[in-house]
Amino acid sequence: MTLAIVGYADRMSVRPGDTLKVMVSCETGAASYRAQLVRLVCGDDSPNGPGYKERPVEHSINGTYPGRRQRINAGSYVVVPASPLLESVTSFTLQALIWPTTPGRGAQTLLSRWDATRQAGYALQIDEAGALALRLGDGHKHEIFSTGAPLDARVWYRVSASFDAETRAVRVSQQRLRERARDPSAAMLEATTRVVPSVPTQTPFLMAAHGAGEQVGRLVTGGHYNGKIEAPRLVRQALAPGDTGEPVAAWDFAREIPGDDIVDVSGHGLDGVAVNLPARAMKGHLWNGEVHRWSEKPEHYAAIHFHDDDLYDAGWETDFELAIPSDMKSGVYAVKLTAGEPREDGGHEGFVTFFVLPPKGKTTAPVAFLASTATYMAYANSHHGWDDPLSEITYGSLLEFTPTSLFLNARREFGVSTYDVHTDGSGSCYSSRLRPILNTRPKYSLWNFNADLHIIDWLEASGQAYDVITDEALQAEGPALLKRYRAIVTGTHPEYHTRRMLEAIDGYLQGGGRLMYLGGNGFYWRIAFHPEKPGVIEVRRGESGTRTWIAEAGEYYLSFTGEMSGLWRASGWSSHKLVGISFGSEGFDVSSYYRRRPGSFDPRATFIFEGVGADEKIGDFGAVGGGAAGLELDIVDPRLGTPPHTLVLASSENHSNVYLMTPEELISTYPGLDGIEDSRVRADMVFFETPNGGAVFSTGSIAWAGSLGHNGYANNVARITGNVLRRLLDPAPL
Amino acid sequence: MYEIDPDRLDLAREFKACIYGRHSGELQRVLNRMRGGANAGRFVIVCTKRHREWVLARMGQRAGDPLEPVPGYFFGSEEEAEWVVFKLRWRELTGRELPIE
Repeated sequence: MTLAIVGYADRMSVRPGDTLKVMVSCETGAASYRAQLVRLVCGDDSPNGPGYKERPVEHSINGTYPGRRQRINAGSYVVVPASPLLESVTSFTLQALIWPTTPGRGAQTLLSRWDATRQAGYALQIDEAGALALRLGDGHKHEIFSTGAPLDARVWYRVSASFDAETRAVRVSQQRLRERARDPSAAMLEATTRVVPSVPTQTPFLMAAHGAGEQVGRLVTGGHYNGKIEAPRLVRQALAPGDTGEPVAAWDFAREIPGDDIVDVSGHGLDGVAVNLPARAMKGHLWNGEVHRWSEKPEHYAAIHFHDDDLYDAGWETDFELAIPSDMKSGVYAVKLTAGEPREDGGHEGFVTFFVLPPKGKTTAPVAFLASTATYMAYANSHHGWDDPLSEITYGSLLEFTPTSLFLNARREFGVSTYDVHTDGSGSCYSSRLRPILNTRPKYSLWNFNADLHIIDWLEASGQAYDVITDEALQAEGPALLKRYRAIVTGTHPEYHTRRMLEAIDGYLQGGGRLMYLGGNGFYWRIAFHPEKPGVIEVRRGESGTRTWIAEAGEYYLSFTGEMSGLWRASGWSSHKLVGISFGSEGFDVSSYYRRRPGSFDPRATFIFEGVGADEKIGDFGAVGGGAAGLELDIVDPRLGTPPHTLVLASSENHSNVYLMTPEELISTYPGLDGIEDSRVRADMVFFETPNGGAVFSTGSIAWAGSLGHNGYANNVARITGNVLRRLLDPAPL
Repeated sequence: MYEIDPDRLDLAREFKACIYGRHSGELQRVLNRMRGGANAGRFVIVCTKRHREWVLARMGQRAGDPLEPVPGYFFGSEEEAEWVVFKLRWRELTGRELPIE
């Protein structure tokens, strides 16, 4: 049931005149594949929804291409290019502080100039048994010298290994930094080797991996290490354990934390580069709780945490380039890829999705749909269900796997989302879009991207002209992106924001802009885009919130920017201030409906409920769980910032036992927190005016958009949404 | 640990009548017991024809392991699968067949 074809593009947001590079891999050996540009209208192919709709677009890229398989080399490492200085080293000592997380789970390389294809060079490793070992090879024969004492996981060790070219003496040593009684893991081995390591010319010095050949001009690595490394050193002589010596290179990971640069502080200029986004701003052996912000005391954050499934850029060769015509309508698009015979499970199709914005500085419609591309990235290639034992009990339904989810489980090199833990159990704090992202596509579960297409579908059905803009463009362009629009419409789940994004939206609203927040759990996590590297975000899941992992103590601050991450609520910016409501509860079995509240009868809200009866259930239908109020629900809280003049228009009710309050709403645990017993398990629909004639309308439910298409778009959810949009597009002040 | 009372057939009937949605507190405990715990061996469904057909499988012993197919089960809806898995879990957890079709 593997997928026949996958692909990605170098960008997710483009404008007319831009060019998109598209990379493709045929995973089942198809000799050729077909590409077709389509504009996406509705991705919901379920029998309960408005129906799948794509619009073929004429373009020169449409056609048949030769198929090939492209590989991903996942796993993070540091590479220091080969140099005459490195070549001149014969006798050596390798030293480092390490905090291994998976000793005993396969051989893992810590520091190396080792070429696995030739079995030549040297490598300091953790061996199959979890013990420190030095591997030496001359291309014909190799030897491994192991301490034989398995290392404990998640403990700091000082490790070293030396080789004396004259005497052929080898010494390997591992010692806990903090002693413990009955410690069997302290060990030292002294031996003599028959092998004089011979390092092939041009072999780089690697950390957390070793070289394993080349593919399409790119280094292939193997032996990836899971865990932290701090203060690695290379010394040009065989030292006794504890001696420091004069280093050839000494790398300080506390330098240049936000980027990829790895600084050699020995004065010899053997600087390196971190590849595939190992976690930086990780606390090192000195960390003692004195500081929590890495920028205050970088020396306490001198460790890098490497993972064997880290991935930044898949680096595939380009199959074709897609020029965006000057007259291309702003919208949601995909290159639809098909390979092999049609399959009833849909595995013969792949979609490379992207967004076409209007020409820069222009609008082509009075309203813009703000695609939640930061959220799509946060969930990219999520392994929900596979690794989290709480998934089924949280969903309240059987775990259901599709060809895509089976593929992601089997092919871990496609990388993880920020919802996953790495293979060593540590949280994944980065997510990149420079890889095939298999869950941001139509004909998939009604969540994030595919659920958001319900809004596009409704705009199209309404005949409403719209532009599409994106989170990533908002980050890049700031307030200028929004200011020309009369109204902005969000997606169903705009969950992740940087400070710049929030400030842009807030500034827009303060200046008279109008916002329709058609979702739930919005404006929740504080993230950063990398200031220089394209297409990657970072989040640290701090002390509270609904989380699938929790950041380690002392690691709540973003490596990209030095800002605290976690919930925006913890940074004084609860979404109550911005949109009147904030996340309160979630459940995933069935959705429910809203009832009108007194605020809906206020004259200020008359326009919202035109054509809606006083006692009507609102949204007791829909493609997402059968109701408009479902999945994740938001509620008002004046103490946390809901503006005093907010009108609570409607609230949902009758949620199930599976709906439960989010942890940040609880000061302790206690019985009675579900949808039956806790009245806070509900969605609040609200409206309030903003200065200078603007306004905010919020629905507080991820499922809302799934009800828009019910009964041919003739229903009270579509009516309310249409009433609001029509008024917000009227320039008269609210 | 909550133990399922195999004589409480009323709870099974309640589940069959309402697979998703509000349940009595006692049925919710039964479902929590069935759905909680580790992933090893967990019953799951695999979609073989989009929106039309699902088959039964069990999760492997470790994270990342492939699914182990459970032959002979084809479902035309998720609700149908929920009921069959409820009966399978009832038998595993109580040692008794659930005498309700």
